[in-house]
Amino acid sequence: MQTSSRLLKWLISGPPLLFLLIFFVAPSLIMVFTSFRLPGEFGGLAPINILPGEVAGDSGLTIETYQFFFSDFIYTEIFLKSFAVATFTTLICIAMAYPLALLIARSRKKFRNLMIMLVVLPFASNFLVRIYAWMIILGPESGFSHFINGILAFLGIAPVTLLFSPFAVLIGMVYVHLPFMILPLYTNLEKHDPILLDAAQDLGANSWQRFWYVTWPQSLPGIFSGSALVFIPVLGMFAIPDILGGTGDIMIGNLIKDQFLGTRDWPFGSTLSIMLTLAVLGTAGLFSWFARTRNPV
Amino acid sequence: MNPKLNAEWVGFTLHWYKALLNNHEMLLAARNSLIIAISASFLATTLGTMAGLAIHRYKLKVLPILAFTPVAMPEILLGVSLLLFFLQVLNLTLGMLSIIIAHTTFCIGFVAIIVRARLQGMDESIFEAARDLGATPWQTFHQITLPLIRPAVIAGALMSFTLSIDDFVITFFTKGAGEPILPIQIYTMIKVAVTPEVNAISTLLMLLTLTLIIIATRFDTSMLKGESK
Repeated sequence: MQTSSRLLKWLISGPPLLFLLIFFVAPSLIMVFTSFRLPGEFGGLAPINILPGEVAGDSGLTIETYQFFFSDFIYTEIFLKSFAVATFTTLICIAMAYPLALLIARSRKKFRNLMIMLVVLPFASNFLVRIYAWMIILGPESGFSHFINGILAFLGIAPVTLLFSPFAVLIGMVYVHLPFMILPLYTNLEKHDPILLDAAQDLGANSWQRFWYVTWPQSLPGIFSGSALVFIPVLGMFAIPDILGGTGDIMIGNLIKDQFLGTRDWPFGSTLSIMLTLAVLGTAGLFSWFARTRNPV
Repeated sequence: MNPKLNAEWVGFTLHWYKALLNNHEMLLAARNSLIIAISASFLATTLGTMAGLAIHRYKLKVLPILAFTPVAMPEILLGVSLLLFFLQVLNLTLGMLSIIIAHTTFCIGFVAIIVRARLQGMDESIFEAARDLGATPWQTFHQITLPLIRPAVIAGALMSFTLSIDDFVITFFTKGAGEPILPIQIYTMIKVAVTPEVNAISTLLMLLTLTLIIIATRFDTSMLKGESK
Protein backbone atom coordinates (compact mmCIF):
# COMPACT_ATOMS: atom_id res chain seq x y z
CA MET A 1 0.00 0.00 0.00
CA GLN A 2 1.24 3.47 -0.83
CA THR A 3 2.19 5.77 2.01
CA SER A 4 -0.41 8.38 1.09
CA SER A 5 -3.29 5.91 0.95
CA ARG A 6 -2.18 4.33 4.22
CA LEU A 7 -2.20 7.82 5.69
CA LEU A 8 -5.70 8.33 4.31
CA LYS A 9 -6.84 5.08 5.91
CA TRP A 10 -5.69 6.29 9.32
CA LEU A 11 -7.03 9.78 8.74
CA ILE A 12 -10.56 8.56 8.20
CA SER A 13 -10.66 5.57 10.56
CA GLY A 14 -8.52 7.11 13.33
CA PRO A 15 -10.82 9.78 14.78
CA PRO A 16 -13.96 7.59 15.13
CA LEU A 17 -11.83 4.72 16.42
CA LEU A 18 -10.21 6.94 19.05
CA PHE A 19 -13.54 8.47 20.11
CA LEU A 20 -15.17 5.06 20.54
CA LEU A 21 -12.16 3.61 22.35
CA ILE A 22 -12.35 6.44 24.88
CA PHE A 23 -16.13 6.79 25.25
CA PHE A 24 -17.35 3.25 24.64
CA VAL A 25 -14.58 0.72 25.36
CA ALA A 26 -13.03 2.47 28.37
CA PRO A 27 -16.41 3.04 30.11
CA SER A 28 -17.35 -0.61 29.55
CA LEU A 29 -14.07 -1.76 31.10
CA ILE A 30 -14.59 0.65 34.02
CA MET A 31 -18.01 -0.93 34.54
CA VAL A 32 -16.49 -4.43 34.69
CA PHE A 33 -13.83 -3.17 37.09
CA THR A 34 -16.42 -1.41 39.29
CA SER A 35 -18.43 -4.60 39.63
CA PHE A 36 -15.47 -6.14 41.51
CA ARG A 37 -15.18 -3.30 44.00
CA LEU A 38 -16.86 -2.51 47.32
CA PRO A 39 -19.44 0.24 47.82
CA GLY A 40 -18.37 3.29 49.77
CA GLU A 41 -19.86 4.18 53.12
CA PHE A 42 -21.82 7.10 51.70
CA GLY A 43 -22.50 5.72 48.23
CA GLY A 44 -20.04 5.53 45.37
CA LEU A 45 -17.00 3.34 45.92
CA ALA A 46 -14.74 2.29 48.74
CA PRO A 47 -11.13 3.31 48.12
CA ILE A 48 -8.85 0.70 46.60
CA ASN A 49 -5.37 0.08 47.88
CA ILE A 50 -3.36 -1.65 45.22
CA LEU A 51 0.07 -0.94 46.66
CA PRO A 52 3.09 -3.19 46.49
CA GLY A 53 3.32 -5.55 49.43
CA GLU A 54 -0.36 -5.43 50.17
CA VAL A 55 -2.28 -8.66 50.77
CA ALA A 56 -4.38 -9.61 47.75
CA GLY A 57 -7.53 -9.93 49.85
CA ASP A 58 -7.19 -6.37 51.07
CA SER A 59 -6.88 -4.85 47.64
CA GLY A 60 -10.49 -3.70 47.72
CA LEU A 61 -11.37 -6.01 44.84
CA THR A 62 -13.95 -8.66 45.56
CA ILE A 63 -16.52 -10.96 44.01
CA GLU A 64 -18.92 -10.21 46.87
CA THR A 65 -21.45 -8.43 44.66
CA TYR A 66 -21.72 -11.47 42.40
CA GLN A 67 -22.20 -13.74 45.42
CA PHE A 68 -24.83 -11.32 46.69
CA PHE A 69 -26.64 -11.48 43.34
CA PHE A 70 -27.02 -15.25 43.56
CA SER A 71 -27.61 -15.38 47.33
CA ASP A 72 -30.98 -13.68 47.16
CA PHE A 73 -33.43 -15.31 44.79
CA ILE A 74 -35.27 -12.00 44.26
CA TYR A 75 -32.65 -10.84 41.73
CA THR A 76 -32.80 -14.03 39.69
CA GLU A 77 -36.57 -13.74 39.86
CA ILE A 78 -36.54 -10.18 38.48
CA PHE A 79 -34.22 -11.34 35.67
CA LEU A 80 -36.56 -14.22 34.83
CA LYS A 81 -39.55 -11.87 34.96
CA SER A 82 -37.82 -9.45 32.59
CA PHE A 83 -37.13 -12.33 30.19
CA ALA A 84 -40.81 -13.28 30.40
CA VAL A 85 -41.92 -9.71 29.62
CA ALA A 86 -39.45 -9.55 26.68
CA THR A 87 -40.64 -12.94 25.38
CA PHE A 88 -44.34 -12.05 25.59
CA THR A 89 -43.74 -8.61 24.02
CA THR A 90 -41.83 -10.22 21.13
CA LEU A 91 -44.51 -12.88 20.53
CA ILE A 92 -47.36 -10.34 20.62
CA CYS A 93 -45.38 -8.07 18.27
CA ILE A 94 -44.88 -10.96 15.81
CA ALA A 95 -48.60 -11.82 15.93
CA MET A 96 -49.62 -8.18 15.37
CA ALA A 97 -46.91 -7.18 12.90
CA TYR A 98 -47.12 -10.18 10.56
CA PRO A 99 -50.59 -9.57 9.06
CA LEU A 100 -49.89 -5.85 8.75
CA ALA A 101 -46.46 -6.33 7.14
CA LEU A 102 -47.99 -8.85 4.72
CA LEU A 103 -50.78 -6.41 3.86
CA ILE A 104 -48.28 -3.58 3.23
CA ALA A 105 -45.98 -5.81 1.16
CA ARG A 106 -48.85 -6.94 -1.05
CA SER A 107 -50.39 -3.47 -1.53
CA ARG A 108 -49.78 -1.26 -4.50
CA LYS A 109 -46.58 0.75 -4.36
CA LYS A 110 -48.40 4.07 -3.85
CA PHE A 111 -50.14 2.84 -0.68
CA ARG A 112 -47.04 1.01 0.54
CA ASN A 113 -45.05 4.20 1.14
CA LEU A 114 -48.04 5.85 2.80
CA MET A 115 -48.54 2.92 5.17
CA ILE A 116 -44.83 2.78 6.04
CA MET A 117 -45.02 6.51 6.81
CA LEU A 118 -47.93 5.80 9.18
CA VAL A 119 -45.96 3.02 10.89
CA VAL A 120 -43.02 5.32 11.65
CA LEU A 121 -45.16 8.39 12.42
CA PRO A 122 -45.27 7.76 16.21
CA PHE A 123 -41.49 8.34 16.28
CA ALA A 124 -42.19 12.00 15.55
CA SER A 125 -43.61 12.41 19.03
CA ASN A 126 -41.57 12.17 22.22
CA PHE A 127 -41.25 8.68 23.68
CA LEU A 128 -42.34 9.80 27.17
CA VAL A 129 -45.34 11.68 25.84
CA ARG A 130 -46.49 8.52 24.06
CA ILE A 131 -46.19 6.54 27.30
CA TYR A 132 -48.03 9.31 29.12
CA ALA A 133 -50.85 8.98 26.58
CA TRP A 134 -51.30 5.37 27.69
CA MET A 135 -51.46 6.56 31.31
CA ILE A 136 -54.53 8.53 30.35
CA ILE A 137 -56.04 5.77 28.18
CA LEU A 138 -55.61 3.13 30.90
CA GLY A 139 -56.48 5.47 33.79
CA PRO A 140 -59.42 4.58 36.05
CA GLU A 141 -61.61 7.41 34.69
CA SER A 142 -60.95 6.70 31.01
CA GLY A 143 -63.57 5.52 28.56
CA PHE A 144 -61.47 2.43 27.86
CA SER A 145 -61.41 1.45 31.56
CA HIS A 146 -65.17 2.02 31.83
CA PHE A 147 -65.70 -0.10 28.72
CA ILE A 148 -63.58 -3.03 29.98
CA ASN A 149 -65.13 -2.90 33.46
CA GLY A 150 -68.59 -2.63 31.91
CA ILE A 151 -68.00 -5.92 30.08
CA LEU A 152 -66.58 -7.50 33.24
CA ALA A 153 -69.58 -6.31 35.27
CA PHE A 154 -71.90 -7.78 32.65
CA LEU A 155 -70.09 -11.11 33.03
CA GLY A 156 -70.33 -10.79 36.80
CA ILE A 157 -66.59 -10.22 37.34
CA ALA A 158 -65.24 -7.63 39.78
CA PRO A 159 -63.82 -4.46 38.14
CA VAL A 160 -60.07 -4.33 37.49
CA THR A 161 -57.52 -1.52 37.61
CA LEU A 162 -55.71 -1.43 34.28
CA LEU A 163 -53.06 1.17 35.06
CA PHE A 164 -50.03 0.29 37.24
CA SER A 165 -50.28 -3.39 36.37
CA PRO A 166 -48.21 -5.95 34.40
CA PHE A 167 -50.90 -5.64 31.72
CA ALA A 168 -50.21 -1.90 31.32
CA VAL A 169 -46.44 -2.58 31.10
CA LEU A 170 -47.01 -5.15 28.36
CA ILE A 171 -49.27 -2.78 26.38
CA GLY A 172 -46.66 -0.01 26.63
CA MET A 173 -43.86 -2.35 25.55
CA VAL A 174 -45.78 -3.68 22.55
CA TYR A 175 -46.92 -0.20 21.53
CA VAL A 176 -43.42 1.30 21.58
CA HIS A 177 -41.62 -1.62 19.89
CA LEU A 178 -44.15 -2.72 17.27
CA PRO A 179 -42.61 -0.64 14.42
CA PHE A 180 -39.27 -2.40 15.01
CA MET A 181 -40.98 -5.70 14.17
CA ILE A 182 -43.07 -4.38 11.26
CA LEU A 183 -40.18 -2.76 9.36
CA PRO A 184 -37.74 -5.72 9.04
CA LEU A 185 -40.65 -8.08 8.42
CA TYR A 186 -41.97 -5.83 5.65
CA THR A 187 -38.49 -5.50 4.10
CA ASN A 188 -38.29 -9.30 4.02
CA LEU A 189 -41.82 -9.96 2.72
CA GLU A 190 -41.48 -7.31 0.03
CA LYS A 191 -38.58 -9.20 -1.57
CA HIS A 192 -40.50 -12.49 -1.97
CA ASP A 193 -40.97 -13.54 -5.59
CA PRO A 194 -44.74 -13.79 -6.31
CA ILE A 195 -43.97 -16.44 -8.95
CA LEU A 196 -43.36 -18.94 -6.14
CA LEU A 197 -46.93 -18.45 -4.89
CA ASP A 198 -48.29 -18.83 -8.43
CA ALA A 199 -46.31 -22.03 -8.85
CA ALA A 200 -47.64 -23.39 -5.55
CA GLN A 201 -51.18 -22.56 -6.64
CA ASP A 202 -50.67 -24.26 -10.01
CA LEU A 203 -49.46 -27.33 -8.16
CA GLY A 204 -52.74 -27.36 -6.19
CA ALA A 205 -51.74 -25.79 -2.86
CA ASN A 206 -54.62 -24.07 -1.04
CA SER A 207 -54.16 -20.61 0.47
CA TRP A 208 -53.17 -21.98 3.88
CA GLN A 209 -50.59 -24.35 2.34
CA ARG A 210 -49.23 -21.53 0.20
CA PHE A 211 -48.68 -19.45 3.32
CA TRP A 212 -47.24 -22.25 5.48
CA TYR A 213 -44.91 -23.86 2.93
CA VAL A 214 -43.93 -20.82 0.80
CA THR A 215 -44.29 -17.47 2.58
CA TRP A 216 -43.64 -18.44 6.22
CA PRO A 217 -40.26 -20.23 5.77
CA GLN A 218 -38.98 -17.40 3.58
CA SER A 219 -39.99 -14.80 6.17
CA LEU A 220 -38.10 -16.38 9.10
CA PRO A 221 -34.98 -14.18 8.71
CA GLY A 222 -37.25 -11.12 8.94
CA ILE A 223 -38.88 -12.49 12.08
CA PHE A 224 -35.50 -13.17 13.67
CA SER A 225 -34.08 -9.70 13.00
CA GLY A 226 -37.35 -8.08 14.15
CA SER A 227 -37.32 -10.20 17.31
CA ALA A 228 -33.78 -9.11 18.15
CA LEU A 229 -34.80 -5.46 17.67
CA VAL A 230 -37.72 -5.92 20.07
CA PHE A 231 -36.39 -8.41 22.63
CA ILE A 232 -33.09 -6.70 23.49
CA PRO A 233 -34.38 -3.16 24.17
CA VAL A 234 -37.34 -4.52 26.15
CA LEU A 235 -34.96 -6.51 28.35
CA GLY A 236 -33.17 -3.32 29.45
CA MET A 237 -36.17 -0.97 29.55
CA PHE A 238 -36.89 0.93 32.77
CA ALA A 239 -39.05 3.90 31.77
CA ILE A 240 -42.18 1.92 30.83
CA PRO A 241 -42.36 -0.22 34.01
CA ASP A 242 -41.49 2.94 35.94
CA ILE A 243 -44.42 4.92 34.51
CA LEU A 244 -47.07 2.31 33.68
CA GLY A 245 -46.21 -0.49 36.12
CA GLY A 246 -47.01 -0.91 39.79
CA THR A 247 -44.46 -1.37 42.55
CA GLY A 248 -44.27 -5.11 41.87
CA ASP A 249 -43.64 -4.77 38.15
CA ILE A 250 -39.99 -3.72 38.23
CA MET A 251 -37.56 -5.14 35.68
CA ILE A 252 -33.75 -5.39 35.39
CA GLY A 253 -33.56 -1.79 34.17
CA ASN A 254 -35.37 -0.44 37.23
CA LEU A 255 -33.08 -2.46 39.48
CA ILE A 256 -29.99 -0.98 37.78
CA LYS A 257 -31.40 2.55 37.86
CA ASP A 258 -32.08 2.29 41.60
CA GLN A 259 -28.50 1.20 42.33
CA PHE A 260 -27.08 4.26 40.59
CA LEU A 261 -29.58 7.00 41.38
CA GLY A 262 -31.35 5.65 44.49
CA THR A 263 -29.23 3.63 46.92
CA ARG A 264 -25.99 4.64 45.15
CA ASP A 265 -24.48 1.15 45.33
CA TRP A 266 -22.27 1.40 42.26
CA PRO A 267 -20.58 -2.02 42.49
CA PHE A 268 -23.88 -3.90 42.69
CA GLY A 269 -25.34 -1.70 39.93
CA SER A 270 -22.34 -2.61 37.76
CA THR A 271 -22.76 -6.30 38.59
CA LEU A 272 -26.40 -6.12 37.50
CA SER A 273 -25.33 -4.33 34.30
CA ILE A 274 -22.75 -7.06 33.58
CA MET A 275 -25.42 -9.72 34.09
CA LEU A 276 -27.72 -7.82 31.70
CA THR A 277 -24.87 -7.58 29.15
CA LEU A 278 -24.34 -11.35 29.37
CA ALA A 279 -28.08 -11.93 28.95
CA VAL A 280 -28.12 -9.65 25.88
CA LEU A 281 -25.05 -11.30 24.33
CA GLY A 282 -26.57 -14.73 24.92
CA THR A 283 -29.86 -13.72 23.31
CA ALA A 284 -28.16 -11.98 20.37
CA GLY A 285 -26.01 -15.08 19.78
CA LEU A 286 -29.08 -17.30 19.91
CA PHE A 287 -30.98 -15.12 17.41
CA SER A 288 -28.10 -14.96 14.93
CA TRP A 289 -27.60 -18.75 15.27
CA PHE A 290 -31.30 -19.30 14.52
CA ALA A 291 -31.13 -16.86 11.61
CA ARG A 292 -28.14 -18.72 10.14
CA THR A 293 -29.40 -22.27 10.57
CA ARG A 294 -32.99 -21.56 9.55
CA ASN A 295 -32.12 -19.35 6.62
CA PRO A 296 -33.69 -21.05 3.59
CA VAL A 297 -31.62 -20.92 0.44
CA MET B 1 -59.14 14.15 40.40
CA ASN B 2 -55.68 12.62 40.06
CA PRO B 3 -53.40 15.43 38.77
CA LYS B 4 -51.38 12.87 36.79
CA LEU B 5 -54.39 11.84 34.76
CA ASN B 6 -56.00 15.16 33.99
CA ALA B 7 -57.50 14.49 30.60
CA GLU B 8 -61.01 15.80 30.71
CA TRP B 9 -62.27 17.16 27.41
CA VAL B 10 -63.68 20.67 27.73
CA GLY B 11 -62.78 22.31 24.43
CA PHE B 12 -59.99 24.01 22.52
CA THR B 13 -57.66 26.68 23.86
CA LEU B 14 -54.29 28.25 23.13
CA HIS B 15 -53.90 28.98 26.83
CA TRP B 16 -51.16 26.38 27.38
CA TYR B 17 -49.01 27.77 24.57
CA LYS B 18 -49.20 31.16 26.27
CA ALA B 19 -48.41 29.54 29.61
CA LEU B 20 -45.45 27.83 27.96
CA LEU B 21 -44.01 31.19 26.94
CA ASN B 22 -43.93 32.17 30.61
CA ASN B 23 -42.51 28.86 31.80
CA HIS B 24 -38.81 29.68 31.93
CA GLU B 25 -37.74 26.28 33.19
CA MET B 26 -39.45 24.58 30.26
CA LEU B 27 -38.09 27.02 27.66
CA LEU B 28 -34.60 26.70 29.10
CA ALA B 29 -34.95 22.92 28.89
CA ALA B 30 -36.03 23.15 25.25
CA ARG B 31 -33.10 25.44 24.46
CA ASN B 32 -30.63 23.09 26.19
CA SER B 33 -32.05 20.09 24.36
CA LEU B 34 -31.66 21.89 21.04
CA ILE B 35 -28.04 22.82 21.79
CA ILE B 36 -27.29 19.21 22.77
CA ALA B 37 -29.03 17.79 19.69
CA ILE B 38 -27.25 20.16 17.28
CA SER B 39 -23.79 19.57 18.82
CA ALA B 40 -24.21 15.81 19.13
CA SER B 41 -25.55 15.41 15.60
CA PHE B 42 -22.69 17.52 14.21
CA LEU B 43 -20.06 15.42 16.02
CA ALA B 44 -21.78 12.10 15.29
CA THR B 45 -22.22 12.96 11.61
CA THR B 46 -18.55 13.87 11.20
CA LEU B 47 -17.23 10.81 13.04
CA GLY B 48 -19.96 8.48 11.74
CA THR B 49 -19.34 9.45 8.10
CA MET B 50 -15.63 8.74 8.57
CA ALA B 51 -16.46 5.41 10.19
CA GLY B 52 -18.90 4.48 7.41
CA LEU B 53 -16.33 5.32 4.72
CA ALA B 54 -13.53 3.47 6.52
CA ILE B 55 -15.64 0.37 7.17
CA HIS B 56 -16.71 0.23 3.53
CA ARG B 57 -13.27 0.85 2.02
CA TYR B 58 -10.92 -1.09 4.25
CA LYS B 59 -11.27 -4.52 5.78
CA LEU B 60 -11.44 -3.32 9.38
CA LYS B 61 -12.18 -5.67 12.25
CA VAL B 62 -12.41 -3.49 15.34
CA LEU B 63 -14.13 -0.33 14.12
CA PRO B 64 -17.37 -2.01 12.90
CA ILE B 65 -17.80 -3.75 16.26
CA LEU B 66 -17.17 -0.53 18.19
CA ALA B 67 -19.48 1.55 15.99
CA PHE B 68 -22.41 -0.88 15.74
CA THR B 69 -22.53 -2.36 19.26
CA PRO B 70 -23.84 0.81 20.99
CA VAL B 71 -26.74 0.78 18.50
CA ALA B 72 -27.67 -2.81 19.31
CA MET B 73 -27.38 -2.92 23.09
CA PRO B 74 -29.91 -1.65 25.65
CA GLU B 75 -29.41 2.09 26.18
CA ILE B 76 -29.22 1.74 29.95
CA LEU B 77 -25.85 -0.06 29.67
CA LEU B 78 -24.24 2.81 27.77
CA GLY B 79 -25.80 5.34 30.19
CA VAL B 80 -24.54 3.57 33.29
CA SER B 81 -21.01 2.88 31.98
CA LEU B 82 -20.60 6.49 30.83
CA LEU B 83 -21.85 7.74 34.22
CA LEU B 84 -19.15 5.68 35.97
CA PHE B 85 -16.51 6.78 33.45
CA PHE B 86 -17.30 10.50 33.69
CA LEU B 87 -17.36 10.52 37.49
CA GLN B 88 -14.56 8.08 38.27
CA VAL B 89 -12.02 8.59 35.51
CA LEU B 90 -12.56 12.03 34.01
CA ASN B 91 -13.79 13.68 37.22
CA LEU B 92 -16.17 15.60 34.99
CA THR B 93 -19.10 17.53 36.44
CA LEU B 94 -22.10 16.06 34.69
CA GLY B 95 -23.93 18.51 32.48
CA MET B 96 -24.33 19.55 28.88
CA LEU B 97 -20.88 18.30 27.83
CA SER B 98 -21.36 14.81 29.25
CA ILE B 99 -24.76 14.52 27.54
CA ILE B 100 -23.33 15.67 24.19
CA ILE B 101 -20.54 13.07 24.40
CA ALA B 102 -22.98 10.33 25.41
CA HIS B 103 -25.39 11.10 22.57
CA THR B 104 -22.52 11.26 20.06
CA THR B 105 -21.35 7.80 21.14
CA PHE B 106 -24.60 6.06 20.22
CA CYS B 107 -25.38 8.21 17.15
CA ILE B 108 -22.05 7.42 15.39
CA GLY B 109 -23.26 3.88 14.66
CA PHE B 110 -26.52 5.06 13.06
CA VAL B 111 -24.70 7.51 10.76
CA ALA B 112 -22.10 4.86 9.85
CA ILE B 113 -24.85 2.36 8.96
CA ILE B 114 -26.61 4.86 6.66
CA VAL B 115 -23.38 6.04 4.95
CA ARG B 116 -22.14 2.48 4.46
CA ALA B 117 -25.48 1.40 2.99
CA ARG B 118 -25.21 4.27 0.49
CA LEU B 119 -21.66 3.29 -0.49
CA GLN B 120 -22.61 -0.38 -0.88
CA GLY B 121 -25.14 0.53 -3.55
CA MET B 122 -22.58 2.38 -5.66
CA ASP B 123 -20.49 1.37 -8.63
CA GLU B 124 -16.85 0.98 -7.56
CA SER B 125 -15.63 1.77 -11.07
CA ILE B 126 -16.36 5.48 -10.51
CA PHE B 127 -13.56 5.62 -7.96
CA GLU B 128 -11.22 3.57 -10.16
CA ALA B 129 -11.91 5.93 -13.05
CA ALA B 130 -11.01 8.91 -10.88
CA ARG B 131 -7.76 7.23 -9.88
CA ASP B 132 -6.93 6.30 -13.48
CA LEU B 133 -7.42 9.89 -14.51
CA GLY B 134 -4.78 10.91 -12.01
CA ALA B 135 -6.86 12.14 -9.06
CA THR B 136 -5.13 12.12 -5.70
CA PRO B 137 -6.95 10.31 -2.86
CA TRP B 138 -7.97 13.70 -1.48
CA GLN B 139 -9.32 14.86 -4.87
CA THR B 140 -11.24 11.61 -5.28
CA PHE B 141 -12.74 12.04 -1.84
CA HIS B 142 -13.60 15.70 -2.24
CA GLN B 143 -14.91 15.66 -5.81
CA ILE B 144 -16.34 12.16 -6.20
CA THR B 145 -17.08 10.43 -2.90
CA LEU B 146 -18.42 13.34 -0.88
CA PRO B 147 -21.00 14.57 -3.43
CA LEU B 148 -22.19 10.97 -3.90
CA ILE B 149 -22.69 10.24 -0.22
CA ARG B 150 -24.11 13.69 0.64
CA PRO B 151 -27.77 12.50 0.86
CA ALA B 152 -26.74 9.75 3.30
CA VAL B 153 -24.73 12.23 5.38
CA ILE B 154 -27.72 14.58 5.61
CA ALA B 155 -30.08 11.71 6.45
CA GLY B 156 -27.65 10.57 9.15
CA ALA B 157 -27.43 14.07 10.61
CA LEU B 158 -31.23 14.39 10.78
CA MET B 159 -31.54 10.94 12.34
CA SER B 160 -28.94 11.82 14.99
CA PHE B 161 -30.76 15.05 15.75
CA THR B 162 -34.07 13.23 16.21
CA LEU B 163 -32.50 10.47 18.33
CA SER B 164 -30.72 13.00 20.53
CA ILE B 165 -33.67 15.30 21.17
CA ASP B 166 -35.92 12.32 21.96
CA ASP B 167 -33.47 10.36 24.08
CA PHE B 168 -34.49 9.83 27.68
CA VAL B 169 -32.50 6.91 29.10
CA ILE B 170 -28.92 7.97 28.33
CA THR B 171 -29.72 11.60 29.16
CA PHE B 172 -31.19 10.47 32.48
CA PHE B 173 -27.89 8.90 33.57
CA THR B 174 -25.49 11.53 32.23
CA LYS B 175 -27.43 14.72 33.02
CA GLY B 176 -26.10 15.67 36.46
CA ALA B 177 -28.01 18.05 38.69
CA GLY B 178 -27.63 21.33 36.84
CA GLU B 179 -29.34 22.34 33.65
CA PRO B 180 -32.93 21.30 32.88
CA ILE B 181 -33.23 19.02 29.82
CA LEU B 182 -36.50 18.50 27.97
CA PRO B 183 -37.09 14.71 28.28
CA ILE B 184 -36.12 14.90 31.96
CA GLN B 185 -38.57 17.78 32.52
CA ILE B 186 -41.32 15.73 30.88
CA TYR B 187 -40.42 12.69 32.99
CA THR B 188 -40.50 14.72 36.21
CA MET B 189 -43.88 16.17 35.27
CA ILE B 190 -45.29 12.71 34.50
CA LYS B 191 -44.07 11.51 37.89
CA VAL B 192 -45.37 14.53 39.80
CA ALA B 193 -48.11 16.50 38.06
CA VAL B 194 -48.74 17.01 34.38
CA THR B 195 -50.00 20.29 33.01
CA PRO B 196 -50.99 20.56 29.34
CA GLU B 197 -47.80 22.59 28.82
CA VAL B 198 -46.17 19.21 28.30
CA ASN B 199 -48.56 18.55 25.45
CA ALA B 200 -47.95 22.04 24.07
CA ILE B 201 -44.18 21.70 23.99
CA SER B 202 -44.34 18.18 22.61
CA THR B 203 -46.63 19.37 19.83
CA LEU B 204 -44.08 22.03 18.93
CA LEU B 205 -41.28 19.44 19.03
CA MET B 206 -43.36 17.06 16.93
CA LEU B 207 -43.79 19.78 14.29
CA LEU B 208 -40.04 20.36 14.31
CA THR B 209 -39.30 16.64 13.94
CA LEU B 210 -41.92 16.22 11.23
CA THR B 211 -40.42 19.11 9.28
CA LEU B 212 -37.02 17.47 9.54
CA ILE B 213 -38.45 14.10 8.43
CA ILE B 214 -40.08 15.72 5.40
CA ILE B 215 -36.76 17.38 4.50
CA ALA B 216 -35.04 14.01 4.96
CA THR B 217 -37.49 12.16 2.70
CA ARG B 218 -37.00 14.84 0.03
CA PHE B 219 -33.28 14.13 0.13
CA ASP B 220 -34.08 10.46 0.08
CA THR B 221 -36.09 10.76 -3.14
CA SER B 222 -33.35 12.76 -4.82
CA MET B 223 -31.01 9.99 -3.66
CA LEU B 224 -33.18 7.37 -5.39
CA LYS B 225 -33.40 9.48 -8.52
CA GLY B 226 -29.63 9.76 -8.57
CA GLU B 227 -29.36 5.99 -8.49
CA SER B 228 -31.80 5.34 -11.31
CA LYS B 229 -29.90 7.67 -13.65
